[in-house]
Amino acid sequence: MSAFIEPLTGRYAHIAIGGKHHRVYFEEAGSGIPLLCLHTAGADGRQFRALMNDAAVTKNFRVIAFDMPWHGKSSPPEGWQHDDYQLTSESYIEQILAVSDALALDKPVAMGCSIGGRIALYLALKHPQKFRAIIGLQASAFVDPYYDTEWLHRPDAHGGEVCAGAVSGLVGPQAPDVHRWETLWHYMQGGPGVFKGDLFFYKVDGDIRDQVGGIDTNKCPLYLLTGEYDYSCPPEDTVAVADRVPGAQVTIMPGLGHFPMSEDPEKFRRYLLPVLEKIFAAR
Amino acid sequence: MLDEIAALVNNDAFLQRKGRFVNCVVMVEAGPKRFRLTIRGGKIESVETGRLIMARYDLLMRASANTWNRFWEPMPAPGYNDLFALLKKRLLTIEGDVHLFMANLFYFKGVLEMPRRLVPGSKAPSGSAPGDKA
Repeated sequence: MSAFIEPLTGRYAHIAIGGKHHRVYFEEAGSGIPLLCLHTAGADGRQFRALMNDAAVTKNFRVIAFDMPWHGKSSPPEGWQHDDYQLTSESYIEQILAVSDALALDKPVAMGCSIGGRIALYLALKHPQKFRAIIGLQASAFVDPYYDTEWLHRPDAHGGEVCAGAVSGLVGPQAPDVHRWETLWHYMQGGPGVFKGDLFFYKVDGDIRDQVGGIDTNKCPLYLLTGEYDYSCPPEDTVAVADRVPGAQVTIMPGLGHFPMSEDPEKFRRYLLPVLEKIFAAR
Repeated sequence: MLDEIAALVNNDAFLQRKGRFVNCVVMVEAGPKRFRLTIRGGKIESVETGRLIMARYDLLMRASANTWNRFWEPMPAPGYNDLFALLKKRLLTIEGDVHLFMANLFYFKGVLEMPRRLVPGSKAPSGSAPGDKA
C-alpha cells in the first residue's frame, strides 16, 4: 500500500534581499496564473496547505507560498544573531518583489493574510502594475495594540506557548480541532522574537490609514475577505478600508477567524473560489 | 458560574497538563461580585465569593457582569469569544502578576472559559481547551 503524496513541491531559492543573501523556502502546486500567497505574522507557508491540495484552485492557478526570511524553513541571513528581527513595510515589500522576480512570476495575484493582508494594501497602493489582482485576507489599515508584545520574546516565558496562546482565540470558535491545532502548532514553532518582530510592522510601522484612499482598483482589482470572529482585524476595520477605496470588493465570512485558509479550509474555499473565478475570467 | 467550575477544571486533562506549574490566587471581578480562586499545581483548591474585603491575590481580572455573561455563552458572539477579544474591546482589565498570566495563557484562558460548559448540552467552543474530554 503506497502513501498519499501531496501534489506540491518545496524547494529553496537563493535570493538577495536588502543587500543580503537569503535562502528562501517556497512550496508550489498547480499551473496557470501565479497566485503568490503571504502567510500571517509568526507563522509560515504551511497555512496554505489546503489550497495547494485543492484541484479547483490548482487547475487554473499556480499556487506559490514562500516562508518569509526567519520563518518556517527559510533561514535568517548570516549574522542574524547580532540583531533583533524587525519587519517594516519597506523590507516586507522588498522581499515580496524579490521573490516574485526571482521566480519570474508574470503579473501574479498576491494574496496575503493579516500582516500579509496589510502588505497587500501597500502592494495595491505602490505596485499595482506588477500584480493582476490583490486579495487581502483579514486586511485592515491599522490595529490598535491590545497587549504588550514584549511578552512574546523573553527568556523567562516560553515563546512558543506565549505566541500560540496569544493568538488561540483568533481562530474561529467553529474551526475543526485538527486545523485549529495545526494552525497553533505553527505559532509554537516560530523562532524567538520572530512573531514580535512581525508585529512591529503590523502594530507600529505599517499604519496605512492615511494612504489607503490612494489605491486605484482600475489599475489592480482589490478583493478583501475577512472572517467575522477576527478581533485583531474585525470586519468593521476591513469595511473601513473598502469605504475609502472605490471598487474594492468585500466579503465577510461568517464563523471564520483570523486564519481562514488554515483554520477552516473547507469553509474558506466557499468564499475564495468565486473570487478566483472572477480573476480567471478576466485574464 | 465560577464557583461551579472547580471539578471541571480539576478533571480536564488538557488544563491539568498546561497548568501543572500554576500556583496562585486569582481574583475575578464580575461587576460588584468577586470570586477568589486558589490554585495549586493547576488544581482549583477553593473558590470564595462575597465581598472579600482586603483579600490578597496575585492576578486580577475585572469586567462587567454583562461582559462575563456574554463571554460565557456556549457560542459567544464575535468580540466575546476570547479573553484577548475582551482586551481588544477594552472590556477586560488584567492586573497584578501579568507574567504569570502571559506564561500560562492556555491555562488561564481555559479556566475562564470553563463556565461555557456548565450550560446543559453545550460543547464549549473554546480556543484553548479541547472542550469535550476530561
